[in-house]
Amino acid sequence: MEKPNIDYIEQLARGDAAVRKTLVDVIKSEFPEERKEYFESFEKKDFKKIEENVHKLKHKISILGLEKSYGLANAYEHNLRESSIDGSKDFEKTLTTITDFIEIL
Amino acid sequence: MKCIIVDDEKIARVIITTLCKEIKNVEILEEFSNAIQALKFLNENKVDLIFLDIHMPDFNGLDFIKSLKNPPKIILTTSDPKFAIEAFEYDFIVDYLLKPIELSRFQKAVIKAENKKVDKIASRSNKQDIANDFYINIDRRLIKIDLPSIYLIEAKGDYIHIKTDDKNYVVHSTLKKIEEKLPDSLFLKIHRSYIINIKKIIDIEDNSVLIKKDVIPVSRSKRPELMKRLDLL
Repeated sequence: MEKPNIDYIEQLARGDAAVRKTLVDVIKSEFPEERKEYFESFEKKDFKKIEENVHKLKHKISILGLEKSYGLANAYEHNLRESSIDGSKDFEKTLTTITDFIEIL
Repeated sequence: MKCIIVDDEKIARVIITTLCKEIKNVEILEEFSNAIQALKFLNENKVDLIFLDIHMPDFNGLDFIKSLKNPPKIILTTSDPKFAIEAFEYDFIVDYLLKPIELSRFQKAVIKAENKKVDKIASRSNKQDIANDFYINIDRRLIKIDLPSIYLIEAKGDYIHIKTDDKNYVVHSTLKKIEEKLPDSLFLKIHRSYIINIKKIIDIEDNSVLIKKDVIPVSRSKRPELMKRLDLL
């Protein structure tokens, strides 16, 4: 499985440690909230809400360089519009991978 | 250029702020996680450029665009280009950026915004030449109704119910016919069965308005027009 990275964050920060820290801190605070909201919506089977949650999380997936997972999340988001949860398992694996990664950032 | 950022994701707003620091002549005045707050800000502040996320819950970027009275230039930011296509019918949409946004692409979009000249948007036509009252035919009697006194018109089958401050009337007509006689400055069709006097609105909540004691549904498609017509503080 592909591994997350902070190449994009480093590019944006251009060597400025304060900028790097700001960006990392925002991801560290925003991602767990969005992840939690996703599972709450999933529990309620609120497809519109799940789609919104996936859309938001997708951005974090791309920021962390997970290109393949981003493609899978896109497909999952599309399936949700058809009220199908196909792709949820892969998506949730990605969330776990990111959770582990940001813990050590 | 004075700019604002509208995006429900904090990381997206922080990234745009970071990118803007790399560009001269760009000043971020404010950032908003909610499009309605941004509309209020635009009513009171001059803004040259908006970085606007399309995909936001409740009131999305397209609703926001449709609600703008005097739109500044806009650069759309999105994870999904298909959402940007619909917005491109507007002259003031300068460019769209796919997330995650790269600095070089961001710079190009801002330069495009600086150079783009936008035609003044033609103001909405107001039926100002229409009289302040009209007559309705009830039981072969013509009754004069003062337009500002009307607060709600409801379609019910082949009839319309006209509610005024003093009295209610039932007239054999259609909403379409009466809509043509009403001034845009006062009235708005907010649902296929309802026209309201926007000056009489007490409050708006989610997808309904409270007008006098009536709670009236607002169609999703009519909500941007309603927001545009209100003087938000």
